[in-house]
Amino acid sequence: MIAVFIETRDGKIKKSSFEALSEAKRRAAELGTDTVAVLVGASVETHAADLKPYGPGKIVCLENPALADYSPQGYSRALCGFVRETGASALFLAATAMGKDLAPRVAAGLGAGLASDCTKISVKDGTLEFTRPIYAGKAFLTLILASTPQVATLRPNVFPLDAPAAGAAAEVVKKAVDIPDDFIKGRVAEVLKEQSAEIDVTEADVIVSGGRGLKGPENFALLRDLAAIIPRSAVGASRSAVDSGWIGHQHQVGQTGKTVSPNLYLAVGISGAIQHLAGMSSSKYIVAVNKDPEAPIFKVADYGIVGDLFEVIPRLKDELKKILAE
Amino acid sequence: MNILVFVKRVPDTESRIRIQHETRSIIEDGLNFVASPYDEYAVEEALRLKEAKGGTVRVVTVGREDAMPVLRKCLAMGADAAALIKDDMPETYDGLRTARIIARAVERKFAGADLLLFGKQSVGADNSQVPAMTAELLGLPQASVVTKLEIEGAAGTALREIEGGMEKVVFSLPAVVTAQKGLNEPRYETLKGIMAAKKKEIPVVKLDELGLTAEELAPKIVITGLDAPPQRQAGKILQGDPAETARELVALLHSEAKVI
Repeated sequence: MIAVFIETRDGKIKKSSFEALSEAKRRAAELGTDTVAVLVGASVETHAADLKPYGPGKIVCLENPALADYSPQGYSRALCGFVRETGASALFLAATAMGKDLAPRVAAGLGAGLASDCTKISVKDGTLEFTRPIYAGKAFLTLILASTPQVATLRPNVFPLDAPAAGAAAEVVKKAVDIPDDFIKGRVAEVLKEQSAEIDVTEADVIVSGGRGLKGPENFALLRDLAAIIPRSAVGASRSAVDSGWIGHQHQVGQTGKTVSPNLYLAVGISGAIQHLAGMSSSKYIVAVNKDPEAPIFKVADYGIVGDLFEVIPRLKDELKKILAE
Repeated sequence: MNILVFVKRVPDTESRIRIQHETRSIIEDGLNFVASPYDEYAVEEALRLKEAKGGTVRVVTVGREDAMPVLRKCLAMGADAAALIKDDMPETYDGLRTARIIARAVERKFAGADLLLFGKQSVGADNSQVPAMTAELLGLPQASVVTKLEIEGAAGTALREIEGGMEKVVFSLPAVVTAQKGLNEPRYETLKGIMAAKKKEIPVVKLDELGLTAEELAPKIVITGLDAPPQRQAGKILQGDPAETARELVALLHSEAKVI
């Protein structure tokens, strides 16, 4: 059985958890086993209705009032207990902020190997084989895990999402988790949202990213204006723009920033240093706007405009507006 | 306050990674190795805490003798002591093995630490596994990917980065904290620090002093392939009038790439 941890934020299931469940179903079918979607919290049964259309074999709610706030210790205890009891052969989690925080604890608790931030999972000789970028995508490691169970985190935005089937049924089981007093020594006390309703670069379908060519912090407004008209988009940045203090580091894409794989990555005024290319070269389409025709970014771009970004970007926005209105 | 900082020697971020296919490993010749960038934020944070509250900062790495320069750099930044846990195994990309070594060393060799600081990930293996695994093995709370850290008595508060926002994590000490860019601005080593670091003795802990079983030291990760990323082909380049090229690009994104 492949268990899938289902993450919720703001009362909703994360899209990346549905992606992990979709992938688990595909691999489970190949292995001749089933899937279980696992929710963790104080009272999580309400989410079962949203899960059913994605077709898990079963939905399990691991509950305890002490799990109302996310805590790596509490959640790890719940998941480790579940995997031990059921003998699940694998546990998948989305490689989100929570998944990356939690998966290593669960793996260590189970004495299991962990494949982090996978971009591909296949079945080879009856065993799961995982592929994951290392050196921020400068190389790809393929591995199997010499342990039972096996734990993996799946990079968001990479694995295809199954179409939900309305009316699908699945058994829902509630289980109380035993958590001793004083077991949880750290927890999330508060979630602080960014002022703007911007989505994170790791979750965006489209990233409009700026570099040194923008010449100053004020010109990121050009990119924000452009991103504002594109659904599910976010503003990214190169290291030099971040290190110059033009934009917050949470926007940085590259080896000391975030590794992203959106459908469309628009690199504006970014020359394409190797550590930046590493972080975005798994994007489905790359577009570069740069005035230097020799910029390395053009070597990886599917489409490029050689020109002055200050002239091109406003016009690009007008053209996009037209086509998006259609 | 006694702080342990765990660092790793990695190829710098400007490195081109070349692959030795027969051994499924990267070619280390010609690479410039440095302390992993996130580890520098961890060292800096430890030094700031020590300056504010007193105590000691000890920097530890797991690796071969060639990791010594990384420890010396941390000493030059101002760490009080360093230690090498000598492990001759080449890069395993296996977090659990390293976490078991570190957890056991914390119990047997470096007991009494109030805080275990790490970089949020090594740039290289990119696992983000070892700190949280160490925390689990030692039964400690953790705050990972932290951009702000406050310690008050035996309690800590940290802001950690999540998608589109922050989480405020509260925890008791001892604890594991991992540093994200933005936590601080690491200091440069001073000449005086570099000279002093050269003279400091760095103790070496042998793996067999830790009493780990062969089973515990066996990597769980079995590498079956190591490959260069798929090469991207250079595509269509548009030049000329900005309005015209913008129109053409949007048409291509819409009808050819179908992403808009």
